[in-house]
Amino acid sequence: MIAIVMLALLGFALGLALGVASKRFKVESDPLVEEVSALLPGTNCGQCGFAGCPTAAEKLVKGEASVDFCPPGGKALAEALAEKLGVDFDASGMADGPPKLARINEALCIGCVKCFRECPTDAIVGAPKQIHAVMWNACTGCGKCVDVCPTMCLEMFVPETGLAQWRWPKPVESVAKAA
Amino acid sequence: MKLFRFRGGVHPAEQKTTRQLPIRPLPLPTRLYLPLQMHIGAPAVPVVGVGDQVLKGQLLARAPSAVSAPVHASTSGVIEAIDEFTAPHPSGLPVRTIVLRSDGEDRWSESVVPIDPFRLSPTEIAQRVGEAGIVGMGGAAFPAAVKLQLGDRNRIHTLIINGGECEPYLTCDDRLMQERPEAVIDGVRLMLRALQCQRALIAVEANKPEAQQALRRACKELSEVQVIEVPSRYPMGSEKQMIQTVTGLEVPAGKLAAEIGVMVHNVATSYAVYQALRHGRPLISRIVTVSGGALREPTNLEVPLGTLVEELIKHCGGFKETPARQLLGGPMMGTALPHQQVPIVKGSNGVLALSAAETGLAPHAQPCIRCGRCAQACPIGLLPMELASRARHGKLDAALDLGLLDCIGCGSCSYTCPAAIPLTQYFNFAKGELARQREEQQKGERTRALAQARQLRLEREAEAKRLAAAKRKAEREAKKRAEAAAQQEKV
Repeated sequence: MIAIVMLALLGFALGLALGVASKRFKVESDPLVEEVSALLPGTNCGQCGFAGCPTAAEKLVKGEASVDFCPPGGKALAEALAEKLGVDFDASGMADGPPKLARINEALCIGCVKCFRECPTDAIVGAPKQIHAVMWNACTGCGKCVDVCPTMCLEMFVPETGLAQWRWPKPVESVAKAA
Repeated sequence: MKLFRFRGGVHPAEQKTTRQLPIRPLPLPTRLYLPLQMHIGAPAVPVVGVGDQVLKGQLLARAPSAVSAPVHASTSGVIEAIDEFTAPHPSGLPVRTIVLRSDGEDRWSESVVPIDPFRLSPTEIAQRVGEAGIVGMGGAAFPAAVKLQLGDRNRIHTLIINGGECEPYLTCDDRLMQERPEAVIDGVRLMLRALQCQRALIAVEANKPEAQQALRRACKELSEVQVIEVPSRYPMGSEKQMIQTVTGLEVPAGKLAAEIGVMVHNVATSYAVYQALRHGRPLISRIVTVSGGALREPTNLEVPLGTLVEELIKHCGGFKETPARQLLGGPMMGTALPHQQVPIVKGSNGVLALSAAETGLAPHAQPCIRCGRCAQACPIGLLPMELASRARHGKLDAALDLGLLDCIGCGSCSYTCPAAIPLTQYFNFAKGELARQREEQQKGERTRALAQARQLRLEREAEAKRLAAAKRKAEREAKKRAEAAAQQEKV
């Protein structure tokens, strides 16, 4: 009987202490982490090696990750992050190429629906036993679908530059040094 | 009439050696290459297939949306292919192109011509202009019908017809005004009707007295059309500068000219409108100046759209020396040709083959000496040297603050720069980079929304599953209880 009462009291006391502590010493989540998180693609594709975008945002704010860590975000994201975090970052060294996209080889697709279950942006459409297709304007090029395809019919490719994507190149620097 | 002045500008050597040479028709080439995108907006969609027999003026590709323009057959013949072909574009990238093999007969398709186009409603005029595939022929190639329809929403008080032709070498508009002034004026009156506007001013630069005379003679009887002389100063032919010179009004940054009640159309566009409404002929040919010091016989040619530059050069006797640079358009704003197998399109006003003496040896860019000549020359009032240094270091936000998007790309700054810094190229690069960033950002926002929607859906599905499981469990238990109760009763 005494044992029961003692344990009950102990439980009460500890519970109370924990409750008070959780109210008193509440850790405000860093607003910067949330802001950074809003900049990230939010697809939790995992290409960076962290467990999802929110975790990556925390690491970034702590300075444990470089601003160019996110492959789908590319150069534009790296620049935006550098500005947000006030980090000096030279993006000129980053590959400027257009992000890759996923493509389905229709001859090999068996309509297993595995890829479009995996796609973080619902960029793949299809139905069981029907050929699937990738909607390129929603594809972030994370490559998750490639890993799950049982027939290896998915591949990543760099889209060709057409007239609509072409941009004027930067003039070649040939400034003669003043003698 | 009182004229105003725009700030800055330059006066390059005019070099208009072909201004006394009459327009000659180019003999029909065997093959015509008609790109599906000869205009600003969505590419046209083919309505004919390979092997189809078509007549001159027949519709080959329709406009899929409001801001687009259809493509018509420049002659009668057979569609040989619909394939990728080099575009008349600085990138030299391919674009979908209809290849038409001429049958040599040049037979017109039948078309319905209104007895009196002035009895058509303004909307009908704009619609016919759109169906004829007419675009701004001064070089911008913006669909003319879209602009004519703006008359509905904005009250246009002045229609300015741009006969500036301020680019050196080019004389195609000059010749058109000299040789076919009645047709141009008729087109102007039709556009006035489409815009429900009462006043048209044809602005012609002072270096074209013959054209002014011809136009004045042709519009003597008309009170609503007036020919005015504007000073020869580059970039007079630019829309904003033209409006400022003629009306004294300035188009606010980021706004359309129509919003201040003015609209500008080129003289060649006006001629195309006349052709479309009086004769039912779509835009299938244009006048092109072929000139430059490397060319044997410079001239003005009326060319069926889709003709390769190669044919034009051949017709002009070829080169007398190897050209240092070949251009499509004028020397100030034209684009370098990747090679001569590029078709003439609706916006091509000139083909230039410049000799080494004309281009001058392009010196290496020297460091900026802060002389400020570029800022003096800029017709918009920007600071090109500052803009270029921002663009060079990728500081696009800073360039935006300095008014990058107000730059009209006229090239006056590059022209005056004593250090030969490629200023205009820097601005083109920065504008492209901005557009790319904007696209990436838009895609990012879209995919983020999609990812969130998916997350919500997954949660909803899990919740539904959980509820269904709970319901099944409750049912199972109810059943069990009922069975137990029944058993007890039995006992």
